[in-house]
Amino acid sequence: MTNHWIDLKNSDCIFVIGSNPAENHPISFKWIMRAKDAGGKLICVDPRFTKTAGKADFYAPIRSGSDIAFFGGFISYILANDLMFKDYVVNYTNASFIVGDAYDFKDGMFSGYNAEKKAYDKSKWAFAKDEAGIVKKDPSLQNPRCVYQLMKKHYERYTLKAVSDITGCAQDKLEQCYKLYGATGAPEKTGTMLYAMGQTQHTVGVQNIRAMSIIQLLLGNIGVAGGGINALRGEANVQGSTDQGLLFHILPGYVPTPAASMQELKTYNEKNTPVSKDPKSINWWGNRPKYLASYLKAIYPKQKPEDAYKWLPKVEDGKDYSWLTLFDEMYKGAFKGFFAWGQNPAASTANCGKVREAMTKLDWMVTVNIFDTETASFWKGPGMDPKKIKTEVFFLPCCVSIEKEGSISNSGRWMQWRYPGPAPLGGTKPDGDLIYELFEKIKGLYAKDKKAVFPDPIVNLNWDIATNHVFDPHKVAKLINGYFLSEKTIGDKTYKAGDPVPSFALLQDDGSTCSGNWIYAGSYTDKNMAARRDKTQTPMQEKIGLYPGWTWCWPVNRRIIYNRASVDPQGKPYQPTKPVIEWQDGKWVGDVPDGPWPPMADEKGKYAFIMTTEGFAQLYGPGRNDGPFPEHYEPMECPIPEHPFSKVLNNPTALKFTGNREGHASCDPRFPFICSTYRVTEHWQTGVMTRWTPWLLEAEPQMFVEMSPELAALRGIKGGDKCTVESARGSLWAIAIVTERMRPMQVMGQTVHMVGIPWHFGWVYPKDGGDSANLLTASVGDPNTGIPETKAFMVNVKKA
Amino acid sequence: MSGKTFFVDLSRCTACRGCQIACKQWKQLPAEQTKNTGSHQNPPDMSFVTLKVVRMKEVGSRDDFKWLFLPDQCRHCVEPPCKDAADSIVKDAITQDKATGAVVFTEKTKGLPFDVVRGACPYDIPRQDPATKVMSKCDMCNDRVTAGMLPACVKTCPTGAMNFGERDEMLAMAKKRFEALKQTNPKAVLVDWEQVRVVFLTEHEPRLYHATLMADADSAGPVTRFAALDAVLGLRNQARG
Repeated sequence: MTNHWIDLKNSDCIFVIGSNPAENHPISFKWIMRAKDAGGKLICVDPRFTKTAGKADFYAPIRSGSDIAFFGGFISYILANDLMFKDYVVNYTNASFIVGDAYDFKDGMFSGYNAEKKAYDKSKWAFAKDEAGIVKKDPSLQNPRCVYQLMKKHYERYTLKAVSDITGCAQDKLEQCYKLYGATGAPEKTGTMLYAMGQTQHTVGVQNIRAMSIIQLLLGNIGVAGGGINALRGEANVQGSTDQGLLFHILPGYVPTPAASMQELKTYNEKNTPVSKDPKSINWWGNRPKYLASYLKAIYPKQKPEDAYKWLPKVEDGKDYSWLTLFDEMYKGAFKGFFAWGQNPAASTANCGKVREAMTKLDWMVTVNIFDTETASFWKGPGMDPKKIKTEVFFLPCCVSIEKEGSISNSGRWMQWRYPGPAPLGGTKPDGDLIYELFEKIKGLYAKDKKAVFPDPIVNLNWDIATNHVFDPHKVAKLINGYFLSEKTIGDKTYKAGDPVPSFALLQDDGSTCSGNWIYAGSYTDKNMAARRDKTQTPMQEKIGLYPGWTWCWPVNRRIIYNRASVDPQGKPYQPTKPVIEWQDGKWVGDVPDGPWPPMADEKGKYAFIMTTEGFAQLYGPGRNDGPFPEHYEPMECPIPEHPFSKVLNNPTALKFTGNREGHASCDPRFPFICSTYRVTEHWQTGVMTRWTPWLLEAEPQMFVEMSPELAALRGIKGGDKCTVESARGSLWAIAIVTERMRPMQVMGQTVHMVGIPWHFGWVYPKDGGDSANLLTASVGDPNTGIPETKAFMVNVKKA
Repeated sequence: MSGKTFFVDLSRCTACRGCQIACKQWKQLPAEQTKNTGSHQNPPDMSFVTLKVVRMKEVGSRDDFKWLFLPDQCRHCVEPPCKDAADSIVKDAITQDKATGAVVFTEKTKGLPFDVVRGACPYDIPRQDPATKVMSKCDMCNDRVTAGMLPACVKTCPTGAMNFGERDEMLAMAKKRFEALKQTNPKAVLVDWEQVRVVFLTEHEPRLYHATLMADADSAGPVTRFAALDAVLGLRNQARG
């Protein structure tokens, strides 16, 4: 989230798309209701009428997988009706930037496409620069090659009629929706967009979010109270795990993983440190070498950063190591062993029938969980013959979250310290202890073995994370914050070895500081900031419920990021009734500003968006793999052979796989209906915890499939009937819920039906609960993230 | 009149069912062996071990479609007809807490005729254990309330739909909210607020949510003691019709 949960209450209009907060983030509705109490409007756009839709002031259904068409129409509407917040757009976004001559867009394709590699040469999309190396701009927005004009031209094609034809949403509904939310373009109004997996789990997932960001920027809704682009995270600590480098392409703190072509730290820094020639641009990522050096000193305190760098694992250049690819490699027999730690990929992964088969290719698997799972027991699952499976499976029971101490980081980036509750049951241990003991053993084996291959990175790893051989979350939190390793004088202050680093601004690239994660520097200084529960606010902070003393928020306790864009170039809040920051008497008050510099109009002032190289928010985003502007492509499995925007049907850069487990069925009469997966309040993820909780299972006991009365009539199905739902990859049974909440849609002149299934069930327990929805989903993914397209794929439904 | 009262603002209920689960958790009531019957409402109805159920109703179609939620439970009538009915049969089988107003079923309810007790209730709340014949329903978490805590269902509600406190404060909150809601929802009703301690505010006509959300004006109800007696004396079947 750019903002945080409480901040939802400050919104004049809450736009929910690709998420269902009433169902999946129930607490969010405490704040959404407060926004409504204050006269705010709630918009819900979703293929089905959800619990959120039930509370909305305005609901519009669109076909699953048609979001960019919907947003493209919205962008076009904003520009055509001049609803944008022009001062904001000119001052803070790259609307005025001139794009280089090599950029072009023709019939669905951007310039620079290499058909053989199925990839773009992104250098073709670069901005034009002057002799000083600064991007050329036209603040009048008239230059035909400026971002504003290119964007206008790009989205002119997204007419209300074309968008209506492809989304299945009536033109008047579209227009009402655009108008209602477009009103937040007024300077004093703010609107927030709430999304979740309904936006991301598509082969255009990243561009869906880009499209929302463009709308938010055009309306001046980023950096402001009651605004922002807010990902409603699907797990209590998914924000924290991403921050700590869970994914393959980043180290902790969003520092890119080194590639094989960058053998030296110097080379890495050259390739990964953006440079801006514009003195008004802060270009914060110019500090990246300090963050990597401090990370290296956290894990290898005795080595120089340049030596420690050599020990970091490197990825092959251009190679994808994301989730679907890992299991494709496992399927091909590339792995001997696998740790499934706190996860259930045999049910959670798209095309999980393939994943279950992939697990048979392993020699061993260790699974750590609190209950039996479809992963732990894959070898005795449906269609498996245990006698023929070589994989040896070890199950390590661990204690549950409330039995251990540590922190979680919520969607609003708040690091919240939690004390342990009851003692762990049955001698189970926290994950921290399991991993501590495991690595102690590995380290010992490497130290002892004279023939050990490349032991240095392992035997030298800083493993001071326990006290008396018990995992110590405070030690880890202090290391993540970072401390000085040698005496260092910065300005007029001298820090001693061992002193905590007060903020990332003090991190060094010379090896004198360590920090496990630069964005968390400041979280554990003279005290554990995440453990704070102080409700004190200044009268200004009280206006927006900022609560700066409650836990701690990265970065530097800034509760609303990009907040320099909430004020005009003189530092006055655009929304005086809900100010985030304000320049008063030569200093900022309110939230922690995005940097200490004076407002932009001051001669020492800086641009607002300090994390981008040029200092401006990106309406035009030349860094993504599938284009600088979001463009509509159909899901990889779709019900129509063409769409109105170009001749390119699907995302030409989507992540795809080949092989006999990769069934595919577009416009295939055997699989005529769109299917989407989702969640219910009572279950969580694959249901590993919740299926074993009797009161929750009582409320949602079985796999179901929701469908419209029209589709039910077509197939002779009644509510409560057991049905078969099948795709080109698998089949499962589900109980029919026939409901007006689902509706057929008119898409490109044809009637399109949609069904929906939850992904919480699995064959292990309960016995009559049904199996995983992911038996049906496809292993195709977004070209930027690899996230699978589980929100739009094709199925058939019939009475079982 | 003093004592406690719930104010349940249905315009804020999202059917997260936190209240339904919290009730079971506090009371340590067992889960029922349910099936999906083509609806998300589960258990399908209240039972001896399910004292609170969130009812879900789909009304209308397409553009005037509504999905209505009702966290159904005992209303703790100010003058409870179930108690009136029971008192003449087994004394103290059903009690009323003087301080809070909670209407509580005791073990002695096993000596009462179930059809009389259930029939006396205008909201169709009482349920019976088929084995022991003991009857059950919500007891306002009287143990928690007497100890200064909120009822479990209220404590867990994230949206402000469930509220609980002193009766005058709750009625003031309810009336204020009712006046505001009427501006957008002319059919909003503050259901039977003079007669009950669980006051529901609806956005639409109460019958759309559930047949017994509101007491039938011309049937057994908490309206008068005479009506309650009528129920005991045999009018209950029509009332339930």
